[in-house]
Amino acid sequence: MSATIIRNGRVIDPANRRDKLADLVIVDGRIAEKSAIRDPQSAIEEIDASRLIVAPGLIDMHVHLREPGFGHKETIESGARAAAAGGFTTIVCMPNTSPVADTPSTIAWIKERAAASACVNVLPTGAISKNISGEELGPIGSLAQAGVVAITDDGHCIQNNELMRRAVEYARMVGVPILDHCQDYNLVGNGVVHEGYWSTLLGLPGWPAAGEEAIVMRNILLADLCGHQIHCQHVTTAGSVRLLREARSRGVKITAEVCTHHVQLTDEAIQNFDTNYKMNPPLRAQADVDALLEGIADGTLSILASDHAPHADFEKEVEFDAAPFGIIGLETELGLFLDLLVHKHRKIDIARLIEMYTVEPARLLKINAGTLSIGAPADVTLIDPDLKWTVKIDRLESASRNSPFDGWKMKGRAVRTIVGGKTVWNL
Amino acid sequence: MTTRWSRKDLLGLRELSAEEINFILETTDAFKQVGTREIKKVPALRGKTLVNFFVEPSTRTRTSFELAAFRLSADVINISATTSSLTKGETLKDTARNLEALHADVLVLRHSSAGAPQFLGNRLKASVINAGDGAHEHPTQALLDLYTIREKRGKIAGLHVVIIGDILFSRVARSNIFGLVKLGARVTLVGPSTLVPREFEKLGVEVSHKIDDVLPNADVVNLLRIQHERQREEYFPGIDEYTRFFGLTKERAKLLKPDCLIMHPGPINRGVEIDSEVADGLQSVILDQVTNGLAVRMAVLYLCGGIATT
Repeated sequence: MSATIIRNGRVIDPANRRDKLADLVIVDGRIAEKSAIRDPQSAIEEIDASRLIVAPGLIDMHVHLREPGFGHKETIESGARAAAAGGFTTIVCMPNTSPVADTPSTIAWIKERAAASACVNVLPTGAISKNISGEELGPIGSLAQAGVVAITDDGHCIQNNELMRRAVEYARMVGVPILDHCQDYNLVGNGVVHEGYWSTLLGLPGWPAAGEEAIVMRNILLADLCGHQIHCQHVTTAGSVRLLREARSRGVKITAEVCTHHVQLTDEAIQNFDTNYKMNPPLRAQADVDALLEGIADGTLSILASDHAPHADFEKEVEFDAAPFGIIGLETELGLFLDLLVHKHRKIDIARLIEMYTVEPARLLKINAGTLSIGAPADVTLIDPDLKWTVKIDRLESASRNSPFDGWKMKGRAVRTIVGGKTVWNL
Repeated sequence: MTTRWSRKDLLGLRELSAEEINFILETTDAFKQVGTREIKKVPALRGKTLVNFFVEPSTRTRTSFELAAFRLSADVINISATTSSLTKGETLKDTARNLEALHADVLVLRHSSAGAPQFLGNRLKASVINAGDGAHEHPTQALLDLYTIREKRGKIAGLHVVIIGDILFSRVARSNIFGLVKLGARVTLVGPSTLVPREFEKLGVEVSHKIDDVLPNADVVNLLRIQHERQREEYFPGIDEYTRFFGLTKERAKLLKPDCLIMHPGPINRGVEIDSEVADGLQSVILDQVTNGLAVRMAVLYLCGGIATT
């Protein structure tokens, strides 16, 4: 028997509506009652959690681990270490690898690699369309049997609405949710930044808000038509929030996530052509940020994520047009969201923030995670909500350095990450 | 005298103060005078190496910079996209660092990506001069436009300058807007709503889609080239319709005040954005722009090249 007692922490377990000072007991890798420690004389690991929050292990359901194919950007091992350092015990990796994760064998490869090298739980997704080309359906049923938790063409977006409809109907039969990167290719064209004041000033090709909203609307219609779950990834615009709010109020099976950078930054940040501010969808205007914050506050946007997108420095250090989209985020997102949502704007309390990182994604993906219920896997994150720290890019665990948050002063972070009862990261 | 110029790079007019713009225009006066001498060459940049690095094709701007550099006694090499290692997959940064390793002092960059000159300016010790980046800025073109207006009308503040055409994709328009607004001109943009979005009003200018209402009170009209090569077809229904709605035809030219200047950055599409006879008429200062462009570029190379090596 191995046992751990996390003492005197504020245990916040939204799945069980629990928020109180208590000890948390782990026996043989699972959450347990105190009485489960049968032999009090054996070695028991004691962790002092006074002044800390003891939360279910956090889940980031939007991460790019880059393997197979792009190990120079990130590996499953380094990405998992970054997740642990950010307080995440479960991460969901996107299928836009090389080869694309669109066959059971690639899914098996990812799972084996994760089992051998990752210090946190890595859950793969599979592609909706073959080779993420948006032209024919991938083997959705076989992917589900191989163990994907969702299907998505993330980074790309199926433009053919009829094909998307068939994908949703088929996925309902198989029982996997659909995650969609919402981008209308015709409206967006070669856009690289939000279409608005700064794109006008800088002459950079604009990415209009309507390019996202058209697909959010499409997904609402298809979720309604097919009666199956569609999750809109990284939504960014006031219009998307409005559409989602209305659809959710009618009970349509549609959810959405918001990424850290889309509420921490606006398109003003692009004015020096720094490619660490280039992401897809792009940073938006202040009015959009305000709407996202309202959407978080009223529950329209129910999931927080990073869209962790590592790229090597030589890939990012090029002309703005030519640079790949995306930034890393696993190690900064909790601090940034805590600071902004809980400390600064007080849009939500810390229990809701934890819920958006645990219960909400676990329910969507139907995974056994995100709770401190007795018998659940002992995935636990210890959080110091008031700890002041500074982001130092060279100290991060990710294999890439593409973050605009270097040098940012933060309040709040994970200080210890426990996966299956074992501490995998400790500040 | 206090230092009135302290920049190694000329990246755009948005970052310059009115005082800095005026200082370039004053410096241009001196270099324009050089062009009228029998010996048109001065030793200001003797021993310096200038690289014309044109990743996007250009003839007139490159030639103008080349001639300006010759007249300042600099050594000049020209590199185009097809002759550079960029076609072999080398990054812009590596190509530029290689040029710097050969002791290039001034890099004149033309590039299809907005921000490319900033990117190099931040990474090189050499002086970087923006010769046009995407749809962002073309500062020497705007400076020569400002110089020409000042030369012909004696001032810029208070004049009403009308810029007509494809504003959305135009770096010439953006640099002109920044410069003219800083120097106190009133600016109106005219063109189809798809190419002149209302968003431009936030830059401190007026937007109109009715050219006949605007022309009678213009002091300067600057016609931009309708860029077939840059533009997706669906931005307007066709060249004929463009000319009917926005071309400076002979009929429309009659609406202009007699002392209104007609400008064009070239190359002209005769019969499209401007009638052929109007382009060659008495109000046209199109060739003066070309001559002034040489003097402006000498001034810019002299000012920035001098900073880069001190």
